[in-house]
Amino acid sequence: MSREGLTGTSTGPSMEQPKTEKAIVQDKTSFLQMKEHPWISLTSFIAILLLWEMVSRQGWVPPLFLPAPSEILREGWAMLKTGLIFKHAFASLSRILLGFLMACVLGVFGGILIGFFSIPKAIGNPLIAATFPIPKIAILPLLILWLGIGEPPKVAVIGLGVFFPMVINVYTGVKSVDPILIKAALSLGSNRWRIIRKVILPGILPMIAAGMKLGIGIALLLVVAAEMVAADAGIGFMILTAADLMETKRLMVGLLLLSFLGIFFNWLFQKLEGIFIPWRH
Amino acid sequence: MRVLIDHISKVYTDRKGGHTEALRDIDFTIEENEFVVVVGPSGCGKTTLLNIIAGLLSPSSGQVIIEGDHLDSKPHTAIVFQDYALFPWRTVLKNIVYGLEEQGLEKAVQMETAQKYITLVGLQGFENKYPHQLSGGMKQRVAIARALATDPWLLLMDEPFSALDAQTRILMQYEVSRIWEETHKSFLYITHHIQEAVFLGDRVVVLSRRPGKILDILRIDLPRPRGEHLLKEKIYLEYVDQIWGYVKDQAEESMREML
Repeated sequence: MSREGLTGTSTGPSMEQPKTEKAIVQDKTSFLQMKEHPWISLTSFIAILLLWEMVSRQGWVPPLFLPAPSEILREGWAMLKTGLIFKHAFASLSRILLGFLMACVLGVFGGILIGFFSIPKAIGNPLIAATFPIPKIAILPLLILWLGIGEPPKVAVIGLGVFFPMVINVYTGVKSVDPILIKAALSLGSNRWRIIRKVILPGILPMIAAGMKLGIGIALLLVVAAEMVAADAGIGFMILTAADLMETKRLMVGLLLLSFLGIFFNWLFQKLEGIFIPWRH
Repeated sequence: MRVLIDHISKVYTDRKGGHTEALRDIDFTIEENEFVVVVGPSGCGKTTLLNIIAGLLSPSSGQVIIEGDHLDSKPHTAIVFQDYALFPWRTVLKNIVYGLEEQGLEKAVQMETAQKYITLVGLQGFENKYPHQLSGGMKQRVAIARALATDPWLLLMDEPFSALDAQTRILMQYEVSRIWEETHKSFLYITHHIQEAVFLGDRVVVLSRRPGKILDILRIDLPRPRGEHLLKEKIYLEYVDQIWGYVKDQAEESMREML
């Protein structure tokens, strides 16, 4: 084929040229590229807040149902100064932390056990399959019956809620560790225990992190629910009593606090992932 | 030291009780400081054989015997896997010291040894990179260094370059040839690539398709160090032709079977 034919130029002077039509090739996938719109996010967020402020200030919706954002912030500030907010936040956080940490440790331990050894798997799998579907909050009355109405049942219900996603994630993680890595470690002289420590454990870190992110959401949910059932402090308690006393502003402060905690934990786990799992890109 | 592969056979039994014969009566010896290449069509049980020699799989019959003056407790073999099998959470350096950690060596000794092999395979400057930051050829260099660092008697390589592009593959063949010449260890190299087999091996074991049987063992009398110049030599091409003669029939048979 001649060069002219290859490049498709049609400058042959001797040729009589018919009218050429052109079709420019378009990128058919361009709609798949989602653009980032940070300004739209920010301005729409502010606009919604302003609208809300106006709706309340104008009295279109009574403040009992929807207090203005500025009023909520003022209430929040007052509670900060009296330290009331810290009392409730601390009560909830200590329950979350205790339940969450215990569940993480037990979940990792249990997940490795049933993922790596056949007899624990034979015992554990049906137990988990049977108890996992029960909404954990439904177990709270039983836990109160067993453990009394103090802190233990609250911590226990959070622990149960976090344990299941953790143990299932870790089990899946152990199963999905590339067998060739285990073979490599064996050929390099590792024994079974060192394979657990040096291959399985680092290999499941991403799944542990995913389990923790799932778990903290569940912990937040369960702490509020447990505190609404029986407590004398905590964010759930604060929200419930505020509603009973028609203090909608205070109720809203509670919700704001929960939103803040959720965002904070998300950020925290993101950071921890970056520190402990640096090989993930 | 020598490794005796003593009448190895392997039959896989699947869950339904069906049998697949992968290897039949494989019998040869790897001598001290010898480069043995096993070549055969795909599905001839090459990887099965390598796993059995490495102690990662039991043979159905026969045994692998390691003979030496004084056998210590550290692993006698080390493997370079086809798909690298590097620990993604360990940097290049930490991957290479893995086997040394398992031997319980002192930190300083570990670092010294690792450095030696980093230099041998040409990874200077990449010590603190993670595997996902490396190209395929670089990853395989890490895998070779990691295996050699444990000071094995026999280095097993399972189609180490089949995932690499053709150019990198050729360069890595030169590298392996050089590394073998520098380390004076026994290598057992598995491939389906005939030119590679002739270029690298002192002896080439030709396997048939499933069940893998030894068709022939050829001694490759080509001078060392081996390099690019060899590829045009008549005797090199004759070896390639001879092996292709064996493998061609086998490959044609399997192709017909697939149709």
